[in-house]
Amino acid sequence: MKILVCISNVPDTTTKIKFLNNNTTFDSAGVQWIINPWDELALTRAIELKEAHAGAIENITVVNIGPPTTEPTIRKALAIGADNAIRINLDPKDAYSVALQLSEIIKKDSFDIILCGIESSDYNGTSVGGMLSELLDYPSVSAVSFIDIDGDQLKLKREIDGGQEIIGISTPFIGIVQKGIAKDARIPNMRGIMMAKTKPLQVVEPVSTDLYTDFVSFDYPKAKAACKKVDPENVKELVNLLHNEAKVI
Amino acid sequence: MEHPLLNEQHNLIRESVRDFAEREIKPLAKELDAKQQFSVELTHKMGDIGLFGMVVSEEYGGQGLDYLSYIIAVEEIARVDGSHAATVAAGNSLGLNPIYYFGNEEQKKKYLPDLCSGKKLWGFGLTEPEAGSDSRNSKTTAKLIDGNWVINGSKIFITNASSEISIGSSIQTVSNDENGKKEFTTIIVENGTPGFIAKTMHDKMMWRASNTAELYFDECKVPESNILGKRGDGSKIMLSTLDLGRLSIGAMGLGLAQGAFEMALKYAQERVQFGKPICKQQAIAFKLADMALKIELARNLLYKACWLKDNHKPFEKEAAMSKLYCSEVAKFVADEAVQIHGGYGLMKDYDIERFYRDQRLLQIGEGTSEIQRLVISRYIGC
Repeated sequence: MKILVCISNVPDTTTKIKFLNNNTTFDSAGVQWIINPWDELALTRAIELKEAHAGAIENITVVNIGPPTTEPTIRKALAIGADNAIRINLDPKDAYSVALQLSEIIKKDSFDIILCGIESSDYNGTSVGGMLSELLDYPSVSAVSFIDIDGDQLKLKREIDGGQEIIGISTPFIGIVQKGIAKDARIPNMRGIMMAKTKPLQVVEPVSTDLYTDFVSFDYPKAKAACKKVDPENVKELVNLLHNEAKVI
Repeated sequence: MEHPLLNEQHNLIRESVRDFAEREIKPLAKELDAKQQFSVELTHKMGDIGLFGMVVSEEYGGQGLDYLSYIIAVEEIARVDGSHAATVAAGNSLGLNPIYYFGNEEQKKKYLPDLCSGKKLWGFGLTEPEAGSDSRNSKTTAKLIDGNWVINGSKIFITNASSEISIGSSIQTVSNDENGKKEFTTIIVENGTPGFIAKTMHDKMMWRASNTAELYFDECKVPESNILGKRGDGSKIMLSTLDLGRLSIGAMGLGLAQGAFEMALKYAQERVQFGKPICKQQAIAFKLADMALKIELARNLLYKACWLKDNHKPFEKEAAMSKLYCSEVAKFVADEAVQIHGGYGLMKDYDIERFYRDQRLLQIGEGTSEIQRLVISRYIGC
């Protein structure tokens, strides 16, 4: 079996987000870029499967849509343990264009398991996995928190209200994974970092596509109001503030 | 990190080692320090990620990286904890390097794979009770009798030499030649050899979770083939080992300073006095500015020294400068960081208290600040 893990290049989750040009451009100066945390967990689980089922998993490929500046992130995925990588040479604009580009790659090769993080930590769109499934006419399972090989099938678990749903599924399929799929993202070791330099990273040009959304601008969330401290003995003052100032009671 | 000497691989090493240190070492560092406990488990984990044998070639189980990569790794461990940075730095610079650079093929094949994997550790026995800065005042003797070296004497302050995974040490000995002329020879002694005792030293002020030993030799016999390098080459091996060791002590100083600075900055951003965060008070803001400045300069100097080494250029003067400057920056930054923390900085609940203790070794170990100035002064023509 061959696994494809789709990875996004996102700002480190501790980045202070700033915009330029009238809030129309993300200010990337000084930003540390990382693999989207959900995608990194998906990759970790793919590697665990390959290690646990020697012979059953033939190859793990990672794919990213981005300009050349995303290559350090792709190299990290290779250092963690992916066998090869594909970069689609396009600055992604929206979820549909990402899903379309990914579907073209998957049509050209025969991947059995396609893993996507449930969302990316920058735009939090949660759309690519579902769109990809529709474009390829592949079955998909969302919110997957466990995956393992079970005979000819794959056994999945997904979180549902009040418990878990256990699913058996045949390949090919798209697993849209959430946290829990792996305990912790794997940290590359020094040997992996050395080997990553020589692993294949193929750059492919994108197919042309129409955009169905029109980006206008970004907006900051409202600043948090200043915190007022009330003496715990002064309940009257607390009630007065909640009633007249916060207007919540 | 943007730096003219760093490439994509260096940045990935920094990111990976930082993640590892934050995830695996940081949660345990305070407790291990308090209990004076050396952690075999963490040492093995550091081995699994490839922190030992970083510059050793792959044929002996090493990682085959350049020196700058190794220094970045030590820096990142030291940013979180001095004890574990010491285990890694001593493991590589003092334990592995003499065998890798001066050992014969048989010795390399026998010892390096286990040392490169972090399964085992090795000591470098140079310092003695009466031979510190004056290392040529060594009293430990080795006499060649009937095909065996017979060793008598003792060593002190030897890192990684007596843990439960320590398997031996390279020992600097006085081995007078046939004419009775004083010469130094380095000899390999495995732990468990009759007449050799490695005893753990306790109650250290700093690096309390690292392993430090006293070594005793009483008519200790090892085969003549245990010689490391050539007879009489002991001084050369010692000086070469210390030149490289200076880079890693520099990295420990830089990393400790970076960690202490980050703690101080965070505290200063959160601590409110006189109605605003103390980082907005000029007295504290200027301290933080000076700390950041010195760290930047220390990093530039240390990385330049590594670049010289990696490019096969003379680096000894810059190594001594890096060791001296980085360790003194660590002292300055840790001291200011405690000052910024005020009374809380004196409490063990805050990591800065441990950093303040850990920095103190750096101006003493592997050549005191005074000896570094002596070395530099010789290079500049004094």
